[in-house]
Amino acid sequence: MNKSNHTNPASVLEVDHLTIAYETRKGDVEAVRNVSFQVREGETVGLVGESGCGKSTIAFGIVNFLGPNGKVVDGSVCFQGKELIGRSEAELKRLRGDRIAMVYQDPMQALNPSVRLGEQLAEVLTCHQQISEDEAWDRFIQMLKRVNMPDPENVMIRYPHQISGGQQQRVVIAMAMLNNPALLIMDEPTTALDVTVEAAVLDLIEELKKDFRAANIFITHNLGVVARVSDHLCVMYAGQMVEKGPVEQVFRRPCHPYTMGLLASIPRLGDTKADCVLHPIRGRVPPPAERPRDECIFAPRCNYVTEKCREAWPKFEKITQEHVARCIYAQEIDSRPRTVRRRPGGAKDEGLVQPETRGDSLLSFEELKIYYPQESNSVVSLFGLGEKKIVKAVDDVSVRLSKGRTLGIVGESGCGKSTLAKGLIGLEPITDGSAEFLGIDITQSVSERDTALIREMQMVFQNPDSTLNPTYSIGMQIARPIRKFKTVPKNQVKNEVIRLLKAVRLDDFYYDRLPRQLSGGEKQRVGIARALASRPDLIICDEPVSALDVSVQAAVINLLLEIQEIYGSSMIFIAHDLSVVRFFSDDIAVMYLGQIVEIGPAEAIYSPPYHPYTEALLSAVPIPDPEAEQRQIRLSGNVPSALNPPSGCRFHTRCPRRNELLPNGGKICETEVPPWRSTGTGHRILCHIPLEELSRLDSVVHLSG
Amino acid sequence: MTVGEEATDLSRVEIRTGRLRRMWEGTSIIFASRTATIGLIIVLFWLTVAAFAPLLTPYTSLEQDWKAPNQGPSSAHFLGTDELGRDLWSRLIYGARIVLLVLPISEKLWIPGGTALWGVFAALIVGMTLGLVSGYYGGWIDEIVMRLLDAMMAVPIILLYLIIMTALGASALNVVIAITIVGTPGIARLVRSLTLDIRTREYIRASETRGESAWYIMFVEILPNARGPIIVDAMLRVGYAIFAMGTLGFLGLGLPPPSPDWGSMVAKGQEFILAGSPWAALWPSVAIASLVVGLNLLADGLREESMRYQ
Repeated sequence: MNKSNHTNPASVLEVDHLTIAYETRKGDVEAVRNVSFQVREGETVGLVGESGCGKSTIAFGIVNFLGPNGKVVDGSVCFQGKELIGRSEAELKRLRGDRIAMVYQDPMQALNPSVRLGEQLAEVLTCHQQISEDEAWDRFIQMLKRVNMPDPENVMIRYPHQISGGQQQRVVIAMAMLNNPALLIMDEPTTALDVTVEAAVLDLIEELKKDFRAANIFITHNLGVVARVSDHLCVMYAGQMVEKGPVEQVFRRPCHPYTMGLLASIPRLGDTKADCVLHPIRGRVPPPAERPRDECIFAPRCNYVTEKCREAWPKFEKITQEHVARCIYAQEIDSRPRTVRRRPGGAKDEGLVQPETRGDSLLSFEELKIYYPQESNSVVSLFGLGEKKIVKAVDDVSVRLSKGRTLGIVGESGCGKSTLAKGLIGLEPITDGSAEFLGIDITQSVSERDTALIREMQMVFQNPDSTLNPTYSIGMQIARPIRKFKTVPKNQVKNEVIRLLKAVRLDDFYYDRLPRQLSGGEKQRVGIARALASRPDLIICDEPVSALDVSVQAAVINLLLEIQEIYGSSMIFIAHDLSVVRFFSDDIAVMYLGQIVEIGPAEAIYSPPYHPYTEALLSAVPIPDPEAEQRQIRLSGNVPSALNPPSGCRFHTRCPRRNELLPNGGKICETEVPPWRSTGTGHRILCHIPLEELSRLDSVVHLSG
Repeated sequence: MTVGEEATDLSRVEIRTGRLRRMWEGTSIIFASRTATIGLIIVLFWLTVAAFAPLLTPYTSLEQDWKAPNQGPSSAHFLGTDELGRDLWSRLIYGARIVLLVLPISEKLWIPGGTALWGVFAALIVGMTLGLVSGYYGGWIDEIVMRLLDAMMAVPIILLYLIIMTALGASALNVVIAITIVGTPGIARLVRSLTLDIRTREYIRASETRGESAWYIMFVEILPNARGPIIVDAMLRVGYAIFAMGTLGFLGLGLPPPSPDWGSMVAKGQEFILAGSPWAALWPSVAIASLVVGLNLLADGLREESMRYQ
């Protein structure tokens, strides 16, 4: 983290009292209110906040992309000393793409799918500069090399869908940097990427900042990411800037209750449910039309609120020269040094920490394989002549889960974790292997299973917007499984529903509500209540919190923990966020390309010996603490296709360790399937490298404090 | 931790009146669009005159006035008379009844619901079932059903109507059957495409993990969420059905005379257009056109408005 010295970098962008409103049928609605900040040359300003806080609106406001119903009501945007507000479309067009560049969240939408990448890149230069085609071509290749793109000549003649998501984002960044812009606005550039890819892109952004000295605006909801790339931080809440300052100062001493709340609601890597408690922020972000003007906007959700907060709109309070917070108590508020408060020691801990006690086996599966044929649209395959392609989504996976414990499954997208869950629940046919649940064979599909078996295994889904049927009221949707499995007598169904609603902390008037009247977190609670309705022994949670804002995420995690404590259910918790999985799980399985490469108790996974893949994952996790130190291990290449997985060890194509730790450059990894290496405490690693070698490696992450 | 807090006492009151308000919201969507409102007024006009036909005219649809054939509008006959001296206004509004309000299965048996409506309703039932089955199961079932329907769609609609009606014979019930057969492929295609989208949602996964039957999932979980586009499509289809009834009547394949069928009225009346009395052909044409346009406006307005709310 290179902090620019504040001696004399020129200011590139100055945003002053910017207010942006959208015209709606009910009149103008203010989306951004009175926001001021400045970005200097070679500096990154992070805009962070939950969804609906106006982060993207600011970015669009700067380049005047607000759409037909958006307008800048007040304030000024000064770019290199020139006022941007009120400029004609033609002038702005010249600036955008030439002096100002933007990178968006989804690279697939930023690239035209039907134009070769080379031609798309050419447009950038020929549009803004007079330059010969040959010269342009050379410059692109240099630029692609600069963004660490392997084989740039080849990439130029490809179409966007032929390269991976991470490479697409590199091309978009290369495109943005081609004209050497003075200002680069990045709107959630890594949100759609996997952690290892994200880490590499963040490294790239950091490097480019040093080389090109552009001023960066980095918009994200992820505190870990912002801690890694920013020099200055602006925390947005409900269209207002609530805190602003150098990144270390804001993280070390957050002075606005909202910033403190955000930091307290996310687990840091290494935090566990046994020793930490997450503190969610209650309530939700008020919609733009219902935001009070003359009081503190955060007052309804604030733990420190007093009458004084509601009397006037608070001004920025100075904490240090550069660090300000929009809270009247900013200077006296006791800020917590740690992101997550330690659980007070006591009897409760005893009940939670039992790594050694192994209860009865609830679920076990061995050598489980889930293959499915790849559908091909070619004429040859239509007649059944072509070579049948098989996707090995899950290959040879064995796990044993005891009663009352939580198994976390982590891995990047496409590693087969969701397919595994679907196979267990009976939605995806199991190709081979054995699986037993409560001593009963479960290799058949759900339609062939006994009702008594079905009710013992339920699922919580990822997307709050599609987890509930929009047609039916909440009450009806929770009542359906109760009626189906006859959990209670017919005349008590409604009482049972209300009891379940209470269990997930929702009041009984939610019974008659429709899903669209609920917020994301509330919908997810209803999804959990529905899964609980049959009183299952095992709940499979497939990324239950990934789509939620951090403050809500904490509440849902707490709820799941509480439910597990009360009902003693076992859980399989699938997620890609390693901090959350670490926090939530007793045991963890790390998956790569359809195989489990490392499995064991959570604490063993997160400290050496690591599987080289786990090591790379851990080094890539964004940690919401600018002072945390991570060893930089970046994987090369892409996840290979599951259609044709590499021979021997599946990870050998990307493994950063085999060359240095194995004789003969790790030739053995390419040909032979690695053995399981066991440390004795139930911790197993699938690797050719001997355990002694792996144990000798340093811990990847060093947390401060 | 307590999420319910933001829901104050106020929202309890809201819930109590929630159902009524939801119904009101449903209708207010029509009035939000001017197109839909105009369409609704036209459709309501025809529904009203059809419902109150006996009160709106002193004549029946069959009463003949030998002394006054082929007349223009007059005080006695509001829209004039046809070649047999029957009152055109009476025939028009009794004709509207057959289209929109009753289905004459035989001389004696009339069941409520217009011929066009029954046709579209039956087409909806068949088309929705086929579409749901195709879309939800996929695979070779989908392939077979869709190819069969494609084959039907390959035949020009008018030709299909003629084949069906000449095979079955002219009667109101057979018109319903013809409308059903012709309407089914389109509805099935629409429902299938909606099903393909909806079946990927997680609430479908949830009901599958509950071990629900395929029929439950198709009709209880999927179908209600496809209702918006289906309703809009059905409105358009009622329009097409009225048009088809007119065409069949014109070709002498509709309802048997002397029932007041708009199509056959045009067919009879056209002989006298050049003889100086265009009225008998004009009014039923206007009736068909206005009702079809009205339904189209209503459907278009509804679609636009519901898209905007999304």
